[in-house]
Amino acid sequence: MKIKHFFLLPALLTLLAIIVFPLVFTVRVSFSSWDVYQAGLDYIGGRNYLRVFQDSRFWQSLLRLSALSALTVTAQYVLGFVLALAVWKEMRGGRIFRVLFLVPMMTTPVVMSVIWRTVFHESLGPANDLLSYVGIGPVPWLSSAAGAFVSVALVEIWQWTPFMFLLLLAGLVSLPREPFLAAAIDGAGPWRTFWQVTFPLMAPISIGALVIRLIEASKIMDTVYVMTSGGPGTATETASYYIYIRGLRDFQVGYSAALSLTYLVLMIAALTIIAKLLARLLIGKEG
Amino acid sequence: MSRSYQLLKYLCLLGWSAFVVFPFLWALSTSFKDANSVTGGARYLPWVEFEPTTLGWRSLFASGSQGINIVTPFLNSATVTLLASIISLALGTLAAYGLSRYKFRAGFVKNSDITFFFISQRIMPPIVLAIPFFLMLKEISALDTIWGLVIVYIALLLPIAVWVMIDFFDSIPRELDEMAMIDGCTPIGAFFRVILPNSLAGLVVAGMFCLIFGWNDFFFAFTLTFTETQLLPVAIVSLNSSVTPWWSLSAFALISVTPLALIAVVVERFMSRGSLAGAFR
Repeated sequence: MKIKHFFLLPALLTLLAIIVFPLVFTVRVSFSSWDVYQAGLDYIGGRNYLRVFQDSRFWQSLLRLSALSALTVTAQYVLGFVLALAVWKEMRGGRIFRVLFLVPMMTTPVVMSVIWRTVFHESLGPANDLLSYVGIGPVPWLSSAAGAFVSVALVEIWQWTPFMFLLLLAGLVSLPREPFLAAAIDGAGPWRTFWQVTFPLMAPISIGALVIRLIEASKIMDTVYVMTSGGPGTATETASYYIYIRGLRDFQVGYSAALSLTYLVLMIAALTIIAKLLARLLIGKEG
Repeated sequence: MSRSYQLLKYLCLLGWSAFVVFPFLWALSTSFKDANSVTGGARYLPWVEFEPTTLGWRSLFASGSQGINIVTPFLNSATVTLLASIISLALGTLAAYGLSRYKFRAGFVKNSDITFFFISQRIMPPIVLAIPFFLMLKEISALDTIWGLVIVYIALLLPIAVWVMIDFFDSIPRELDEMAMIDGCTPIGAFFRVILPNSLAGLVVAGMFCLIFGWNDFFFAFTLTFTETQLLPVAIVSLNSSVTPWWSLSAFALISVTPLALIAVVVERFMSRGSLAGAFR
C-alpha cells in the first residue's frame, strides 16, 4: 500500500460502502412492481419507465420545480449580491449586519417553515394583519394556488439568500485591488466599475454559487412538506415531494424508484447544461 | 460616496434585516401567548396587546400528558450531528489532502473523476436513497438508532467535507509540504505536523457546513426513525400536525434553531478576515 492510499481509501471505501447498495437496489427495484406488502421482487421490465413517461402529474411537478428554482435562485443571487456589495467595505454596524444576514441559513428549514406557516395564517397571522394597515388583503396565502406558491418561494428566499451572500462576500473580500485602482484612475463611476470590473471578476464564483444553489433547490421538499403538503391540490407539489408521495405514502416502491432515477438523470443533464450556459453567459466565449 | 447613496444603502440593509428578524420576533412573542391571545388575531407586544404567560416554555420541559419532551430529541440531534460531522471531517480531510497532492489512476479513473464522485453525491435527491437506506438499516438492525442515522449522515456530510477541503488544500502552497519533508518529516508526518495546523480556517468552514446540513436534515431523520431516536426537526413536525399549540411550537422552534444560529458569529469572523476565500474556490 502506498502512502497516498492512506489518505484517500478510508473516505472512498466508506462512501462506496454506504452508497452502492442503495443505488444498485434502486435500479433493480425500478424494474419491478415491488411494494412493501409483498415478499419479493416481481420483475416487470421497463413498464415502470413507460408509466413515468405518461405520468403528467410528474412532468407538471418537474415544471413547477423548474419555475420555483428559477424564481428563487435568481432572487437569491440578486439580493445576495446587493447585500454583499452593501457590507463589503468597512462601515458602521457592518459586523452586525453581516452576522444577521447569515442567520437564516443556519436555521432548520423545517422548523422555520412551521413558524412561517403561522405568519401566513390567513386570519390569525401577522402577514395579512400588517397588509391590512396599507389597505391590502386579506391575501389567501396558503389556500390559493398562487398564494401557496408565493409563500413557499418567499420562505426559500428568506432561508437561502444568506448562502449566496456568504459565497459572494467571500469572493468580494478576496478580489485583487489593482483592477479597482486602475478603474479609479480612469475615472470610472461606481456603476461602470461594477459592470466592467467587479462583475466580471466575480463571474467564476457567481457560477459556482448559482450551480450549488440550483442543485440544492432541485431537492426542495422540507418547506413544501410543512407549509402546504404540496397543496392546495397540487399547486406546490415539486418533483421530490411527488416521488415521496408515490413511494412512502402510496408505497409504490418500484414506481417511485423509476421516478427517482428518471428525475436524477434529468437533473444531472439539466444542471450540466445550465452550468455550461452560465459559463458562456458570464465569462464569455471560452466557457 | 454621496449622502443619498449612503441613505439608500442603509435603507436596503434595514429593510432586509427586518425581513430576516421578523419570524424570530413573531415566534418569540407567540411563545409567551396562551390560547386566547392566539385566537384573538395577530398580536405582537406582550403586556400591551396580550398578557404574557410562560405556559409554552414550561410545557417543553414538563412531564406527563401535557408535557412535550424536548430534551431527548435535542440530545439525539446533537449526538448524531456531532458524531457524523467528526467522522466525515476526519475522513474527508484525509481524502481531500490525498486528492490535492497525489495523482491517482485506476483504469480510466483519474483524480477529477474521484472528486466528481464525491461531489456528485450532493446532486442525489434524498428521496432516491430513502427506501434503500430504510431496508439497509433494517437488515443490520440499525433502524431507529443513533448509529443508523450516523451512517446515513456520513454519506450526506462526507462529500461536503471533501469538497470544501480539496479547494482549501489546493490554495496552500506545496512548498510548505516540501519544506516539512526536507526537515525530515515523512509525508504523513508532514500532513499532521505542518499542513493540518495551518488548515484551521478550512476545517472550521467544512465543520460548520457539516453541522448545518446534519442538524437541519429533516428527510432522513423523518424516514429512518420512529420513536426511540426522534430528532428535533421530526419532533417539531409531529407537534405541528396535532392540534396546533402555537405557544409551545414557537418556543420549541426557538430552542432548536438557537445552537446553529450562534455559529453565524464564527462564520462572520472568518469571512471578514478573508480566510474563507481559500475554502470557496
